[in-house]
Amino acid sequence: MKGYKIIVLAKQVPDTRNVGKDAMKANGTVNRAALPAVFNPEDLKALEQALRIKDENPGTTVTLLTMGPGRAAEIIREGLYRGADDGILITDRKFAGSDTLATSYAISLAIKKLSPYDLILSGRQAIDGDTAQVGPQAAEKIGIPQITYCEEVVAITKKSIQIKRRLERGVETVEAPLPVLVTVHGSAPDCRSRNAKLLMKYKHAETVTERQDGTDDYLELHDARPYLNIHEWTVDDLNADEEWLGLSGSPTKVKKVTNVVFTAKESKVLGDKDDEIEELIQELLENHTIG
Amino acid sequence: MSNFYSDNKHIKFHLGHPLMKKIISMREMDFADKDNFEYAPRDFEDAIDSYEKVLEIVGEIAGDIISENAEAVDKEGPSIVNNEVKYAKGTQENYDALKQAGLIGLSLPRKYGGLNFANTAFVMANEIVARADAGFANIWGLQDCAETINDFASEDIKEEFLPKFSYGGATGAMDLTEPDAGSDLQAVQFKATYDQENDQWILNGVKRFITNGDADISLVLARSEEDTQDARGLSLYVYDRSHKAVTIRRIENKLGIKGSPTCELVFKNAPAKLIGSRKFGLIKYVMSLMNAARLGIGAQSVGIAEAAYREALKYAQERSQFGKEIIQFPAVYEMLSVMKGKLFSSRSLLYETSRFVDIYKSYQRITDDRKLEPEERKEMKKYQKLADGFTPLLKMISSEYCNQIAYDAIQVHGGTGYMKDFPVERLFRDARITSIYEGTTQLQVVAAIKGVTSNIFLDRIKEYEKESLRPELVFLRKILIKMTAEYEQTAQNVIEMKDDELLDFHARRLVEMAGNIIMGYLLTLDAMQDDEYQNVAEAFIRRAEANNKEKVYYINSTEQRDLGIIKQ
Repeated sequence: MKGYKIIVLAKQVPDTRNVGKDAMKANGTVNRAALPAVFNPEDLKALEQALRIKDENPGTTVTLLTMGPGRAAEIIREGLYRGADDGILITDRKFAGSDTLATSYAISLAIKKLSPYDLILSGRQAIDGDTAQVGPQAAEKIGIPQITYCEEVVAITKKSIQIKRRLERGVETVEAPLPVLVTVHGSAPDCRSRNAKLLMKYKHAETVTERQDGTDDYLELHDARPYLNIHEWTVDDLNADEEWLGLSGSPTKVKKVTNVVFTAKESKVLGDKDDEIEELIQELLENHTIG
Repeated sequence: MSNFYSDNKHIKFHLGHPLMKKIISMREMDFADKDNFEYAPRDFEDAIDSYEKVLEIVGEIAGDIISENAEAVDKEGPSIVNNEVKYAKGTQENYDALKQAGLIGLSLPRKYGGLNFANTAFVMANEIVARADAGFANIWGLQDCAETINDFASEDIKEEFLPKFSYGGATGAMDLTEPDAGSDLQAVQFKATYDQENDQWILNGVKRFITNGDADISLVLARSEEDTQDARGLSLYVYDRSHKAVTIRRIENKLGIKGSPTCELVFKNAPAKLIGSRKFGLIKYVMSLMNAARLGIGAQSVGIAEAAYREALKYAQERSQFGKEIIQFPAVYEMLSVMKGKLFSSRSLLYETSRFVDIYKSYQRITDDRKLEPEERKEMKKYQKLADGFTPLLKMISSEYCNQIAYDAIQVHGGTGYMKDFPVERLFRDARITSIYEGTTQLQVVAAIKGVTSNIFLDRIKEYEKESLRPELVFLRKILIKMTAEYEQTAQNVIEMKDDELLDFHARRLVEMAGNIIMGYLLTLDAMQDDEYQNVAEAFIRRAEANNKEKVYYINSTEQRDLGIIKQ
């Protein structure tokens, strides 16, 4: 077979990059209604890496895999507009309340169902939880190697992949056999824009649920054009053990979430003496503001 | 993270014009492509939805990439490396992003890989890109060349060249001017000779001031008929850069639009293909190409004006002097109001003109398929006349306004605006070319005065007059009716003198008077759809009324003998 079969893990997240004052509710949870839902930025960068492999290797297919509520189908469409070939939305009420462990369990089952594959790409972490756990946990559960913090896919062959990793104090290039799971770092190149033709081709793509609920006037198109059907997988499709899902499968309990607002009072006045500057530099280095 | 389409509701406003329904269904030939192409619209709503979504892509690339690169591109500019033009780094990034997004060949038919967008949507995209970087808008806007090939070339040439734009993302250039043939293109000396032996055309000569001269595909105006001196000896050719038969002698060092390479080219035995028929190069094909390009400059002018107005407004709101924001001073808010009036009116004129061009050109495309019904033919003629009259009017007014707005934008900034630290100085330099290239303002007047003498403008004004208005807008129409009577009488006075020199002398004033009335009506009609336009329309019309009165006074008090004291 020509090309590679690539799965990209993606998540729809509230856009925490443009946080206003109503971004959090009084109880400290994220006010999802006040924040637009977007394609997690590092997952988009993972998609770009996948699309670059597809550009160079005819026959490559890119499948987006996401888990979330029905509206998360939107990021699959966003992926299709950029060059992905198809997408699967894992969605079921029984997944509600899943932490990273339960999520990676469901994702790993879906990946197994998609076997065989050559490469799994995902963002390093999502901007809502910032855990950077789901990718690595999924790799562990499936039992394949993982490479984190990828900045660039340097080379890929049928047997192995070379990845440039962005680390705190430099870069390193490593090699792993396929199949492998790679998480992509924020320093990787931005994803390409949506393509006009692909957008017009896929803009009527929907999940079954969306078609049932929606007001789309082009329902007859979905029979004539199978690529307009975005697959939905439920707990049953994955043959998942319900104990391992949702709240019961999630050992993580959030104790407290605090809305931290920096105020001017926390600022510090420093003099221009060498030792004071040195002290500031040390402090910034220690808290990783620089370096 | 900014989107130059979705942050500007006025473009969407014009996309919602009632005539768009007719334009799109003509363009789509009643949606004939819907089952043949996966990306073709199924009906009008589907098409408009696609236009919006695609303009959002353009807006995103313009806001996030092109505008971010504009300052560096202005500094770096293009260079010649190994006889090839190397764009500034940002320019290349911009083009690659648009190419990746499939935005080359926007208005080409789908059978050649295009998106078959109506001209009006392409013009909108042009405005959006020009707001981000006017110089770059030239490079991208030159996909107009593909449109000319589509309109006039043989099927073989279309099949060979058009996919290079739509699939390959090829760049275009129109090689018209020469050292001694600028405004006067009839004087072109560049030679095309037919090589019998190899059965092909060969180009030789020098072209100067060629925007994007090292393009992948160039349209070249050349003298194909020996021993001729005028327009009738000129033909149009298409040249593919892969022949490597052109030397780039230099890139001009310009005041503005620095990212856009303006080249001097030497063609040496360059093989080329003839577009359409011999001897029609200038009189038919280049005229059509120039009209499209002039509409493009209209879009570019409105784009620059939008950018300049935004910068000025923002600065005036933020800058405090004498204990308050400067926007609160009458001298400043009046300037901003004048700028806004010019911006909105030139945009309304831009899209009115694009709609005329759309309808006329759609009829032209239909004639490739079938004969037009008498009614259709009549309508095509009507819109062709309107397009021919409005295009130079638009080019002239929007480019002059754009310069004035950029000038005032610096003025609002005070000394700060004169510094390189703010983008207004770049906008000011970029604006300056708009009233010069693709025919100077003075030459647009020569074309637009026909709109006065043949009543194209007056007839259209009378049509606007009949439109129904909300009661609170009727007083504006009353002013416009008075202005129309004055205009009609004054034009009549000049025409009746039967003195060509005097008519030429007053031509710009007369054209501007008509323009003021037309734009006044367009803004009033816009106010029917959106209240925000009402204040803009009123402020604009009241100033236009005073402005026209000044012209009437001057025209009526000038006689032939007065030219003697003016003549230099």
